[in-house]
Amino acid sequence: MKETYAIELKNVTKCFGKVIANDQVNLNIKSGEILAILGENGSGKTTLMNILSGIYYPDKGQIFVGGKEVSIRSPKDSFDLGIGMIHQHFKLVDVITAAENIILGLPGKTILDMKSVTQEIDALTLKYGFELDPNEKIYNMPVSKKQTVEIVKMMYRGVNILILDEPTAVLTPQETETLFTVLKNMKEAGHSIIIITHKLKEVLSISDRVMVLRKGKYAGTVPTKEATESSLTEMMVGKKVELNIERPLPVGPEKRLEVRNLSCCNGENVKMLDKVTFTAKSGEILGIAGVAGSGQKELFEAIAGLQKIEEGEIILWSKEGKEENVTGMKVSEIKKNNIHFSFVPEDRLGMGLVGDMGMIGNMMLRSYRTGGFFFTDRRRPRKLAEDLVGKLGIVTPDVVTPVRKLSGGNVQKVLVGREISSNPEVLMVAYPVRGLDIHASHTIYHLLNEQKKNGSAVLCVAEDLDVLLELCDRIMVLCAGEVSGIVDARTAVKEEIGLLMTKAGGKHA
Amino acid sequence: MHKSEHKKETLIRIAKRDDLARSKAVCIRLLAVILSLVICGIIIVVLTGLNPFGVYQGIIDGAVGNKRRFWITIRESLILLLIAIGLTPAFKMRFWNIGAEGQILAGGIAAAALMIYQGESMSPWILFPLMLIASALAGLVWGLIPAIFKAIWNTNETLFTLMMNYIAMQVVNYCIILWETPKGSNTIGTINQASKAGWLPAIFGLDYGWMIILVALAAVVMYVYMKYSKQGFEITVVGSSENTANYSGMNVRKIILRTMAISGAICGLAGFMIVSGTAHTISTSTAGGRGFTAIIAAWMSKFNIAAMALISFFLVFMENGAVQIASQFNLNENASSIIIGVILFFLIGCEFFIDYQVKFGGMRKGGKNS
Repeated sequence: MKETYAIELKNVTKCFGKVIANDQVNLNIKSGEILAILGENGSGKTTLMNILSGIYYPDKGQIFVGGKEVSIRSPKDSFDLGIGMIHQHFKLVDVITAAENIILGLPGKTILDMKSVTQEIDALTLKYGFELDPNEKIYNMPVSKKQTVEIVKMMYRGVNILILDEPTAVLTPQETETLFTVLKNMKEAGHSIIIITHKLKEVLSISDRVMVLRKGKYAGTVPTKEATESSLTEMMVGKKVELNIERPLPVGPEKRLEVRNLSCCNGENVKMLDKVTFTAKSGEILGIAGVAGSGQKELFEAIAGLQKIEEGEIILWSKEGKEENVTGMKVSEIKKNNIHFSFVPEDRLGMGLVGDMGMIGNMMLRSYRTGGFFFTDRRRPRKLAEDLVGKLGIVTPDVVTPVRKLSGGNVQKVLVGREISSNPEVLMVAYPVRGLDIHASHTIYHLLNEQKKNGSAVLCVAEDLDVLLELCDRIMVLCAGEVSGIVDARTAVKEEIGLLMTKAGGKHA
Repeated sequence: MHKSEHKKETLIRIAKRDDLARSKAVCIRLLAVILSLVICGIIIVVLTGLNPFGVYQGIIDGAVGNKRRFWITIRESLILLLIAIGLTPAFKMRFWNIGAEGQILAGGIAAAALMIYQGESMSPWILFPLMLIASALAGLVWGLIPAIFKAIWNTNETLFTLMMNYIAMQVVNYCIILWETPKGSNTIGTINQASKAGWLPAIFGLDYGWMIILVALAAVVMYVYMKYSKQGFEITVVGSSENTANYSGMNVRKIILRTMAISGAICGLAGFMIVSGTAHTISTSTAGGRGFTAIIAAWMSKFNIAAMALISFFLVFMENGAVQIASQFNLNENASSIIIGVILFFLIGCEFFIDYQVKFGGMRKGGKNS
C-alpha cells in the first residue's frame, strides 16, 4: 500500500519570466517528521515555501495534502489545510500582548473571554515545552520570545504542518538549542515540520530527512543519518567543495585603530553603543559577534563617519606610527585627510551601491570628486570596473548593466572589490557573505585574507559563529551595545561566545 | 479539506517581463495610442453622434491648421518643455516639486515689475538680461524656500511646494491691485502696449525665435548637466538613496538646496517667457496649470529630453485642438479634456504591459509525463 504523506509535492514548477525558480521539484513529509530543506541562496527554497503558503501559484505540478490533491490559491487556502509558515520577519503587533496576537483575526464569540484563551495557551506551552507568558507585551520581548509567540500562534490555530524559514538566523546558540527541543516535542506529538536553513550543522542535528535544491532543481532527498556535511554540500553545489577557510597568522601586527569609550545613540535617542573600547591591529581580522541589533551597525557607521558620536574617541595609528584622531570626522573629511576607511555595509543596494547604476557609476561613488572641476571622469572608473570583472570573476553582461540585475554574490563582489581597491588602512565588512553561495563566500573570505596580508586591519561582523571562528584571529562580542568580551578565535568555542552574546559570561576583556 | 475536486478555473497571472526589445515597446505604445483613439471615437459617436474623424480633423485643424495656429502650438510647447526641463533635476532627486506654478508666477511677477517700472526708461540691451536674471532669481527663491525646510526639518515637500503656489497667487493678486490699469478694472491689462518695451522681439524673422533659442539652450545644458556633470551624478545618487549619498560622503542638504534652486530658477525663466514673450501681462492664471501639465511631460518621458519635447508638443496640440472642436462642433471644451484623459490613460497604462506580461489559464498538469 502506498504511504500517505502529510504533504506531498510532485513536479512543481514555477517560473518568473525566463528564470525558473522551481523546476520539477518533489517534496514529501510524513506526520511526526522534521524535514530540512537545504539549498544555496537563489536555489528556490523560499519560492517553494511560498507556493505551499499560497503566496505564489505554481505553473505546473501537483500538491497533495493528506493524500488528496489540492490547489492552494491564497494564504487562507493554505491555512485551511493546516499549513502554517513562520517567516524570517515576524508578523506581530508590538503594542499588544502575546495572547492578543495569538487570537488576532480569529473568529470567536461576541464576548471575548481572555481568561480561557490564556488557559488554552498555557496548556499548549506546557505540552510542547515553550516558555511564554501570554500577558507579556510584544515590544518587551527579545527576538527569540517573539519567535515563540509566532510558533504558539500557529499551534493555537491548529496548524499541523509548520514551515520555519531560517528560524535560527536571529538566535544565539543557546536559544537555538531551546527551539530545537520544542520542535522535537512537536514532532513527537505528530506534527510535520519543515525547516529551511543553510546551516549544515543544524540540519544534521535536528532533521530526519534532508531535501536538497540546487539552482531551482530537485537534487534529491536523503535520510539525515546517512548524510555528512560534505555529502550535503556536494548535493547542494553539484561537486566537491573545500569547506575549510584559510587562516594565515597575522604578520607583524601593529596597533591600527583604537576605539575608546565610544557611545552612540540611534535616531530615537536609544543608546546603541555604550563605552565600547577595543583595538584593531594591522594584519588581523577582528570578528564582531552579537545578536542582531547589538550595536554592530552603529559601531561601523561611527568609525566610517556616518553616525553621531556622543562620547569617546576613535584613533587611527598610521603605518608610520602617527596618531590621528578621527573622532566625529564626516566621510568627506576622512577622505580629504587622505585616510582610507573602507566600509562594506550590511545594506548593499540601499547604502553601499546604487542599484539602478551600472558598475561604472558605482565605482564613481567613491571617486567621482577626482578629475576635472565640473565634469565627471568616467574613464578611470570604467577601467577599475573592467579590472574587477576580470580579477574577481564578476558575472555581468556589461559594466553599465544596472547592478541590481546581478546576483547577490556578484553584487557583493562589486562592492567589496570597490572598497578594497583603495588599499584601505581599515576595512569594515558587515555580513559579507549573507545570501552568498559557497563559492562566492569563499571568494569573499579570500579577499578579506588578502587585505589582512596587505596589512589592513579587517573588522568583520557576521552572524554565523562557525565562520567567525574559522576566519578571524580575534572575536569581539557585543551585547546590547557593550563589549562583553574579546576572545582568541583559535581557542574559543562556540558556547563561550554564545554566553557572551547574552552576557551570561560576565565581563572580561 | 474537501476542496480537492476543483473545477477548471481560469486564472489571470501577472509575471514580470525581462527586458523587452525596444521596437516591441514602441509597438505597444503605438497600439495604445491607436486603441485610445478608437475608444475616443466610440465615446464621441455615443455621446454626440458626430463623425469621430471629423472631430479628429477638427483637432488637427485647430492645432496646426494655419500658420498662426501652428506657431501658437509651437510657442506653448516650448514653454511647457522649459517647465518640464526645470522639473527634471528635482524629480530625478525624488524631490516632488509640484510648485512649478508658483515658481512660474514668481518669475512672471519679477519680469512684469521690470517691464512696468523700467521698461520704457531702460535700454533693451540691459532690460532683457535683467528681466531674465530677475525672473530666474524669483523662481529660485520660490523653489528654495521649501527646500530649506526640507533640508533642515525634513518637512514634506509635496505639501509645501503646493502651498507655495497659493501664496504666489495671492502675491499676484496684490500686484494686480498695485499695478491695475485702468484703475478699478481689477486687471493689469497689456503692459507697455504702445511702446512694446520688454516684449520679446522677433529674431531671424521668427516671432518666437528667442524662445526657441532659450529653450533649446536649456535643453542641451540640462542634458549635459544631468548626464556628465558631478552635480548631475550627485542628484541621481540622492534620488536613488540618501543613505548611499551619505555613505559616499555627499552633502545631501547642500545637494537638495542647490538642485531646487536650479529647478525653481528654470521655472522662473518660464514665467519670464510667458509674461515677456506671449501674455505681456500677468494674472493669477498666467501659469494656467502648466506647472502641473509639465509634471506629466517630465514623468512620461522618463526624463529623456527628446521624448519630453514630443510629449509637450502632443499635450499642447490636443489642448489647442480642443478649442477648435469646441467652437466648430458646438461641443463643450471639456470634450477634448475627455479625449486627452483617455489617451493619457492608455499611454500611461500601457507602461504596465511593457513591464509585465499577463498570462491566462490555470495550472497545467505537466507532472506525469514530463
